[in-house]
Amino acid sequence: TADPLITEVQDWASSFGDAVDATPYGMPIHYESHVVRRNVEWLTESAVSSINFTPIHALEGTITPQGCAFERHHSGAIELSKQDYRLMINGLVERPLVFTYEDLTRFPRTITTAFCECAANGGMEWGGAQLEGCQFTQGMIHNMEYTGVPLRLLLEEAGVKPEGKWIYAEGADASSNGRSMPLEKALDDVLVAFFANGEALRKEHGYPVRLVVPGFEGNMWVKWLRRIGVYDQAVESREETSKYTDLMKDGRARKWTWVMDAKSVITSPSPQAPIRHGKGPLVITGLAWSGNGKIDRVDVSLDGGVSWQPARLTGDVKSKALTRFHLDIDWDGSEMYLQSRAIDETGYVQPTKDQLREIRGLNNVYHNNGIQTWWVRADGEVENVEVA
Amino acid sequence: ETLGLGRPALPEEIAAWDVAVLPDGTGLPEGSGDVFTGDEVFAEKCASCHGDFAEGIDNWPVLAGGQGSLRDRRPVKTVGSYWPYASTVWDYVHRSMPFGAAQTVTADETYAITAFLLYSNGIVDDDFELSRDNFAEIVLPNAGGFYPDDRAEAEYPVFSVAPCMDSCREPVKVTKRAVDLGVTPEDPDGKPAGTLPDLTIAAASATEEAAPADESTAEETAAEVTETASDEMAVDPALVEAGEKVFKKCKACHKVGEGAKNGTGPMLNGIVGQAAGAVDGFRYSKPMQAAAGDGLAWTHEALAEFLANPKGYMKGTKMSFAGLKKPDEIEAVIAYLASFEG
Repeated sequence: TADPLITEVQDWASSFGDAVDATPYGMPIHYESHVVRRNVEWLTESAVSSINFTPIHALEGTITPQGCAFERHHSGAIELSKQDYRLMINGLVERPLVFTYEDLTRFPRTITTAFCECAANGGMEWGGAQLEGCQFTQGMIHNMEYTGVPLRLLLEEAGVKPEGKWIYAEGADASSNGRSMPLEKALDDVLVAFFANGEALRKEHGYPVRLVVPGFEGNMWVKWLRRIGVYDQAVESREETSKYTDLMKDGRARKWTWVMDAKSVITSPSPQAPIRHGKGPLVITGLAWSGNGKIDRVDVSLDGGVSWQPARLTGDVKSKALTRFHLDIDWDGSEMYLQSRAIDETGYVQPTKDQLREIRGLNNVYHNNGIQTWWVRADGEVENVEVA
Repeated sequence: ETLGLGRPALPEEIAAWDVAVLPDGTGLPEGSGDVFTGDEVFAEKCASCHGDFAEGIDNWPVLAGGQGSLRDRRPVKTVGSYWPYASTVWDYVHRSMPFGAAQTVTADETYAITAFLLYSNGIVDDDFELSRDNFAEIVLPNAGGFYPDDRAEAEYPVFSVAPCMDSCREPVKVTKRAVDLGVTPEDPDGKPAGTLPDLTIAAASATEEAAPADESTAEETAAEVTETASDEMAVDPALVEAGEKVFKKCKACHKVGEGAKNGTGPMLNGIVGQAAGAVDGFRYSKPMQAAAGDGLAWTHEALAEFLANPKGYMKGTKMSFAGLKKPDEIEAVIAYLASFEG
C-alpha cells in the first residue's frame, strides 16, 4: 500500500517551521530527548560528589558534544566567571606568577583532540556483568577538540628551578581536587584549555579553564584550574592515595597508574541499542582508544572470541583520542556474542577481564579495560554478559 | 625567553592558595591539637557523615578500622588500613572538609581532627597531641603498601603478543548476566534507561504520545504547587522553582517529597511552621534537642535566620553547612520547602 507520508501533503511540507532565533543557542530536536547523560543513583551518596555517563550508545563519529559529555564533580559544578578567574604558578619557580583569563588568551595557542576517561570507567563491571548498556559500562568517557595554551609555555614563563620535578594542579571548587604529575608530562602535551569543540567550556567541564592531560585518567584533568605548584616530590593528595590507586590481590596497591590502556567497546548493537530491523545488512559500530598513542587495529568477534575479523577504522585516527570503527555484516538472525578488541601502535592488545583479574585480583576497581561481551538474541535484544 | 605576561604572585596570595601539605610535612602551618579536642571538633563538624567513631554513616567514607582487610573480598580502606601518609589527612581535612563548608576548619582544629583519627585507628594514645614539631614521627600502618605503576613490566609484555584470529577457544557459555542483578536504571517501559526508540513505529504517533504526557505532568505539578500555595499565602510558583534550584545545595543531606526519608539530615516535608527537632527517627544534636525543649518552631523568620548562618544561630548544630548568603535564596528555598506538606 502507498505510504501516506508520501502520498498525502504533510503539515511540514505546507506551513512554516520555526523562525530563526527560536533557540538562539540550539538544543537537540525533542525527538532526541532520550540522548542525555544519565546517573546511576545508587552509586554515590550525594549528587554533588558523583558521576554520570555519556550516551555513547546513541552517538556516532568521535567528537562528544559537550552537552552530553559525562560529568564528574567532587563538590558540584561551580560558576566562575572569566573576570574572576585567576591562575597561580608557584613553588620551585624563578618567578611565582598570577595570570588572568585575558593573560592566557595572549599566549600562543594549540589545538588537541583527546579522550578523557574516568579511571573508574567499567569499575562496576570488575566483579561481573552488572549494568545494561554501554552508556553505563563504558560511558565515563568523552572526546573533544580543545583549544588552549600548552602548560609548558606557562611553566617557562615562571621558570622552573632545576630541583622542580613534579607539578601539582588544583581546582578552585570546594573539593579543591588536586593531582600531582611528573614535570616531564607537564612539559610534554598537557594543555591549559579554554575552548572545547569550538565553544567555551561548559560549566560542568570546568569553565572557564581546565587542564587537558592526554592519555591520563580523567581525575587529573583538573577543572576550574586555579593553581599549578612545582615541587620536588609528589603531593600525595587524597585523590592519588586513598582514591585512584589500584589495590592488588596481595593487599598492596599500585599508585601513579595514570595512563589509560587501550580499550574498545561496541556501541551498537548494545543493550540500549537493540537490533529492530531483523536479519540482513547490519552495521556494527564502536569506539576504540589508547592512552599510549594511536589505535592500530580493532578486531571484532561475533562468537565470543572463538574467531575474529578486523573492523574498518573510519575517519581520522588520532593519538590519545577516540577512534571510530565499523564492521558491516549480513546478519543471519542467529545469536551472537559480540566482542571487540583494540590493538594500539605499541602492539598492546586489549585483554579479557579474566586476564586482568589473573594479575590484579578482584579488588581492583580502577582501570578496567577488559573486553566487553554483548549477547545478541535472535529477536535482536542485547544483554550485557560474561562468557567462559 | 618569556612573554612578560602575568604579574608576580604576592606572598600573601601564595599563602592563601598554596595550602598543600606534603608527605615530609612541608607546608604545615604552626599549631597543634590533641585527641580530646579532636573528638569534640569531629563530633561537631564531621560526625554527621562519618559517624561519632569515624565508622561512616550510610555510604559516607569509613575513616577508622579495616586494618588487615586489604586482601579480603570486601576490603575496608580507611586512614588506618589504607592511607599511606598522615599529611594527606591533614591536607584534605583542611582544604576540602567539611563537605559543603570547605576551608572552615582552622589549623589547630585540623591538628586535633587528625590526632583524633590517628587515635580512632589505634595509632596514638588518647593523651596524644599532634603539632608541626612531631608530625614527621607519625607513620601510618600502610605506608609501605604502595608501589609505583609497574604495568610496563607486569602487564604490557603479557598483553603485547600477536592475537589469535581463528579457533582461539572452545565455544562460549554465558556465565554472568547483568539482568540477574537488576540494578540498571530503567525507562518506564522497563527497558534500560535511554534505550533508543523503535523507528519502525511511526514517528508522528510516537511523539503524540510523548508530548502531551509531558505537558500534563507540568500542569499537574503547577496545579499542586498552586494548591499548596493557596493554603498558606500567595506564593509565587517562580519563587518555588527558584527554591528548587537552591535546594540542590541541601539535597546531599536532606530529602523532600513523596517517600522522603531521613539521611544525613532529617527529611523536610512539612518543616515550615513545624516544631524544631521533631522529625521522627532523626538523632538531633544536643543544642537542637534543647532548643526544641524550649519550644523553638521553624517559623518563616526562624528558618530564615538559621539558614543564613546555621552555626551562628545554633552553636553545635550537626548541620555542617556554611549558610545561604543571599536573602533571595533563603526566601526561595523556604517557599520551596513550604510546598511539601508533612
